Amino acid sequence: MSLYDLIFYALGAEILVTTAIAVTRARMVHAVLFLALSFLGSAGLFYLLGAPFLGALEILIYAGGIMILFLFIVMMLQVEKMEGQRASWSRRMPAAVLAVAFVLLMGLVILSDGPGHTAMKAAMASPGDFGLYLFRQHWLSIEIVSLLLLVALLGALLLGRPSESQEPPAGTQQEDP
Amino acid sequence: MIVPFSHVMVLASAVFLMGMVTVVTRRSLIMMLLGMEIMLNGGAIAFVGAALRWGQLDGQVFALFILAVAASEVSIGLALIVWMVRKKGSMDPDLLRS
Repeated sequence: MSLYDLIFYALGAEILVTTAIAVTRARMVHAVLFLALSFLGSAGLFYLLGAPFLGALEILIYAGGIMILFLFIVMMLQVEKMEGQRASWSRRMPAAVLAVAFVLLMGLVILSDGPGHTAMKAAMASPGDFGLYLFRQHWLSIEIVSLLLLVALLGALLLGRPSESQEPPAGTQQEDP
Repeated sequence: MIVPFSHVMVLASAVFLMGMVTVVTRRSLIMMLLGMEIMLNGGAIAFVGAALRWGQLDGQVFALFILAVAASEVSIGLALIVWMVRKKGSMDPDLLRS
């Protein structure tokens, strides 16, 4: 067992344990913080699997951006006082059926993949190579994704506006949505 | 040499499974959104592992797109949740039926 293997199993165990802790917490602040730890582990895994740029982006966007956004919303809405924190029993049955089906399917996929059981060769894509490849081969997808992000920004702004029933702040004009 | 691709797939599947069970069982929209993030992360792990296995950069490119989609999904989803809490005072998805 090489050093790479050891690092992989350590990171994998860290991801699985922190994610399992996160999804079983009743308090959402704890869940979000443990999930941030899980994403840090994923960033290390990306680095190990030859994607240092994606590892950095994972820390910046997932652990740094998305999880902090969740944390802000959880604290802003004071959701701890609301109902429905625990997992509901009525949905355990569909979840169990889905989980069994998924495990069977993935087991079939993984076991039928013969060449996938040999060790992979370690490789590393430098951020420069990755960027060149990205903008040469997938420039249209990049444009589409940037449009998607713009739409998400505008949609979040539109949804976050104060509702019509409330008094608009002084000095602003109310306009039709 | 590094671990076989099947181990990466087992890890990605386990992460995806945990996210899926969270989405189905939790009755709080924020936890369901967190579950979707976990599922997307599992998918990204599988894509990066596949990029290493076949020596193609497309897998990493796809993981980048997954990151962008996750970011936009979370911003819209959280805005919707804030809107719903303002309207109904709760984030139980069952309330959306009425």
